[in-house]
Amino acid sequence: MNLQKILEKHAFQKDHLIEILIDLQNEKTYKFVTEEEVSLIADALKVPVSHVCGVMSFYTLLSFDERGKYIIQVCKDVPCYLNDDFNVLTTIEKALDISCGDTSKDQFFTLEQTACLGCCDEAPAMRINNKVYTKLTKAKVLRILEEYKEGILC
Amino acid sequence: MLEKRILTQRFNKYDGLSIRQYIDLDGFKALEKAFSMSSQQIIEEIKLSQLTGRGGAGFPTYIKMQAMLNETRDKYLVCNADEGEPGHFKDRHLIEKDPYQLIEGMVISAYAVGANKGYIYVRGEYNNAIQQLEKTIKIATTKGYLGNHICDSDFSFELVVRRGAGAYVCGEEFALMESIEGKPGRTRVKPPFPTEKGIFDYPTLINNVETFCNLPTIIEHGGEHYSTIGSNHAKGTKLICLSGNVKHKGLYEVPYGTSINDVISELGGGTANDIPIQMVQIGGACGPIIPPRLLNMDIDNEAFEIFDAKMGAGAIIVIDENYDLFEIVLRNMQFFLHESCGKCAPCREGHIQIVKLLQKFVNYQATHKDYVSLQSLAEVIHTTTLCGLGQTSPTSVISTMTYFKEAYDKRINQQNKE
Amino acid sequence: MATITMNNQQLEVTNEMTILEAAKAHNINIPTLCHYPDLAINSDCRICVVEIEGKRMLPTSCSTPVQDGMVIYTNSPRVLQARKTITELMLSSHDANCTACTRNMRCELQTLSKNLGIDINRFEPTYKDLPIDDNNPSLVRNMNRCIKCGRCVDVCKTVQGVHVLERMGRSNEMMIAPAFNQSLNNLICTYCGQCANVCPVGAIMEKDDTDLVWENLHNPKKRTLVQVAPAVRVAIGESFHSLDDTVPIGKLVSALKHLGFDEVYDTNFTADLTIMEEGNELIYRIQNDDVLPMMTSCCPGWINYVEQHHSDILKHISSCKSPQQMFGALAKNYYKEQENLNKEDIFVVSIMPCTAKKYEAKREEFTDQYDNPDVDVVLTTRELEKMFRQMGVDFDQLDNRDFDEPFGMTSGAAQLFGASGGVMEAALRTVTEVLSGKPLKSLDFSAVRGMDGIKEASFNLKGQEIKVAVSHSLSNAEQLIQGIKDGTSPYTFIEIMACPGGCIGGGGQPYGTDSASRLKRMETTYRVDLEKDIRKSHDNPAIKTLYDNYLQKPLSELSHHLLHTRYYPR
Repeated sequence: MNLQKILEKHAFQKDHLIEILIDLQNEKTYKFVTEEEVSLIADALKVPVSHVCGVMSFYTLLSFDERGKYIIQVCKDVPCYLNDDFNVLTTIEKALDISCGDTSKDQFFTLEQTACLGCCDEAPAMRINNKVYTKLTKAKVLRILEEYKEGILC
Repeated sequence: MLEKRILTQRFNKYDGLSIRQYIDLDGFKALEKAFSMSSQQIIEEIKLSQLTGRGGAGFPTYIKMQAMLNETRDKYLVCNADEGEPGHFKDRHLIEKDPYQLIEGMVISAYAVGANKGYIYVRGEYNNAIQQLEKTIKIATTKGYLGNHICDSDFSFELVVRRGAGAYVCGEEFALMESIEGKPGRTRVKPPFPTEKGIFDYPTLINNVETFCNLPTIIEHGGEHYSTIGSNHAKGTKLICLSGNVKHKGLYEVPYGTSINDVISELGGGTANDIPIQMVQIGGACGPIIPPRLLNMDIDNEAFEIFDAKMGAGAIIVIDENYDLFEIVLRNMQFFLHESCGKCAPCREGHIQIVKLLQKFVNYQATHKDYVSLQSLAEVIHTTTLCGLGQTSPTSVISTMTYFKEAYDKRINQQNKE
Repeated sequence: MATITMNNQQLEVTNEMTILEAAKAHNINIPTLCHYPDLAINSDCRICVVEIEGKRMLPTSCSTPVQDGMVIYTNSPRVLQARKTITELMLSSHDANCTACTRNMRCELQTLSKNLGIDINRFEPTYKDLPIDDNNPSLVRNMNRCIKCGRCVDVCKTVQGVHVLERMGRSNEMMIAPAFNQSLNNLICTYCGQCANVCPVGAIMEKDDTDLVWENLHNPKKRTLVQVAPAVRVAIGESFHSLDDTVPIGKLVSALKHLGFDEVYDTNFTADLTIMEEGNELIYRIQNDDVLPMMTSCCPGWINYVEQHHSDILKHISSCKSPQQMFGALAKNYYKEQENLNKEDIFVVSIMPCTAKKYEAKREEFTDQYDNPDVDVVLTTRELEKMFRQMGVDFDQLDNRDFDEPFGMTSGAAQLFGASGGVMEAALRTVTEVLSGKPLKSLDFSAVRGMDGIKEASFNLKGQEIKVAVSHSLSNAEQLIQGIKDGTSPYTFIEIMACPGGCIGGGGQPYGTDSASRLKRMETTYRVDLEKDIRKSHDNPAIKTLYDNYLQKPLSELSHHLLHTRYYPR
């Protein structure tokens, strides 16, 4: 689905801006929105470009930067912290040899931290693209990463 | 039995998709009954039930509904499912495990106040919940429980899902409405309040997922019956999100009046490995941190007024003695630093400074001067910010300064010795 | 009515009032920072908090309505502590190198900080060394000084409707910036400068060109000419106490001479010339069924806006240069020839109420093939004030002097250019007389005066009904533009000024410009007109002489060459 189709799906309505940006980003392997697309969306919805930029820069799930095919988001909040006896974040950092906030060289993974995923009952938790993984152990985390690499999970 | 399962009665009894099974489990009975009542009768029942908002603020639900009823313009209904407060997962469960109950509650409200369009604003991270809602809304529309002429009545109600895109502050009702309008989630100057001027400037009734989910049972069994459940201060049940260092983390439904202690020990099975409880944070990152000696307190809002905070949306986060108090408070404040919308000065500039001060405590570098600065900063953020985020964010600082002052003193002294 | 108690005084106030308004009405001062008289209340800074008995929170007085029986304290210890803390927080994110800032001693944050008695900041500095945006001729953005009060965003969005500035990002990294954090440029910004006028600190300012002027004033090879716009003289007095409530034209001329200008001329002269050209262009368009409505072209903010957003209506814009550029063209051609000088020997400075004029002077159309501009430097009213202070001008000691000739004799109509509706009124005085051949009974076209966003008038001209419209601030212009686009515009002639109130409310005018000061400047403008012997542009004998000796007649070939221009879509 290209941008035009997404805009049509949302009937060019201004209040659908965030929905349009999410849809557009989800369409793309590397989950980002370009400046050109921002200008096109602004024209199509008849809103100022600065407004679209304001929205893009406000919401953490929206990005101007190309990210990895899989975005790993590790919960950083207290309920997960209290159940994280092996440190999910550093485990992934070491396994992928990237720091939090970075994208791996092959653009396969991006590692981010996220606010609470609402899985505190099964902490610790992380999200990879739209899937949430809970009750993480070191072995489980490493296995999940391997399975993504091997294409078993996607 | 400590638990009383009303809102969660259908959990795991159906797959959360089949409308037939929902109906077989007495679903939509309340809605049919509601259609035989007048708007005012429905609101009267809700008034009798003494239902209060379950999103944290605890405002009587019927007052907002009454204000809406008095409006003659187009009206909107909004369900706040932007469950971003760390330690909460009840709305996710309510949506994933019994979405039709929420839909039913929303249709009853919409019918009562005369709103023909509603939004469910779900945080973007809740992908499963979003998909569940989109599917069930479609099914409910086909089956005539949403859309035009619901249950062959004259009433029509369109319900749509709106996704958030990663902003905790959108849980604040004004920020949420801005976000529904496609804008950054920065709160508005109030008054006017949503029932007067909400989305697109129209009167808007905005409630939490759990609040809407209470309506079917109130209508089905009557407000008076509902008000027999609970404590003197608060009626009905409360969903509790129990997490942290307990054996059995999870979602529990208990009547108001249950003590926090009972929830932790009986339902949660106490701490894992039986390490003593150091402290408990109530209501999520924005809630107070209290010592074990206060755990006899009831789960209701009245008792929590001592913190200038309410019970919140139902999180109980148990922290055992293995954890550093300052590390916990720091994490809370880093969360709010990241989530501040940047609009008002004390929140925007205050959280970065609070984090800097707490880092000094974590690193054993704090002085008494830092303590005084932290105290006044927390107080100023709490009393002067524009929206609920900053008004509640320093609660963990303020409450620990009240109940764990000796920990602060000790930390400062340890610095002095080094 | 409601009865409230404020600081132990019982006050009767109306129910619609906010606490801040109630306090003001009873001379109780509550400090504010983000609050600005003509802008929406956003209550972002939280400085104006007060304590209300029985309430734990400290609400902002700007946004909280009074309630009967309210007991309010505007300066309780809690309130003072909160205000101090918030100010410290703002200072911690602000590059407070005050002595190196143009706003030093005139900065609202500095004043607030001083008044609150802040002598130490408990908090660590958090501002980052962000690059300064000065890639355009008009405005400089220094975000290290921005306190994010939101005034500029509001004026840019709501008053001007150009939506260049917006809040980007969130938390303490929230920044006020154009889309994609790009530099201000002529594709997005009209350079109207309203943002600079309302900024409480030195975060957005006009580009300071005073050094360049000092340099040239002291260059013996240069003949320095200065022209002063009509709106400058009705405002600059506000910056110098001794000039209050007087029309300081004579002293202003004196002071400019003291600065060292060789010739002090009046932009009003070329405003008269503009009326001759534009008036005749209108008559030509009416008589030849050419494109109507015709729209004015004096305002560079407006021209930028049309070129950026509405290039399909460019043919409606009068081809006349603005008075500033007509002056530049005369200076670098007519004056040059008369004085037997080379272009390079002449240095033309304009004093304008406007930041967009700086950009206008740099336009390619107004620069010759050797890069010599018709107007070398444009200074805003505020920059002129700065130069006066640098020199230590004492207005009390100055005598009154007249503008130099040949560009010093002007009509009252020309003075009207400073106020919204003024170009229209000046044009009507000339056009109606020329077309009807009879002298006007009354010179006042009051329908086009005043502060209404859109003003309309219609009158009968030789049996034909002519409708005209006037608008100021760009958001108001939009309505008139749409009418033209969908073919429903009933007007023959439209005047548009980018800034509220016209040039008197220009982006380069003294700080603190609001509806009250604009109104005062407007009144002064009409008073100057009334006091003039000549009140119609075509009656100005100096203009007649210029045509007789040089230009021949309005719209002549030479006039077209020197006084008219073209516009381009962007």
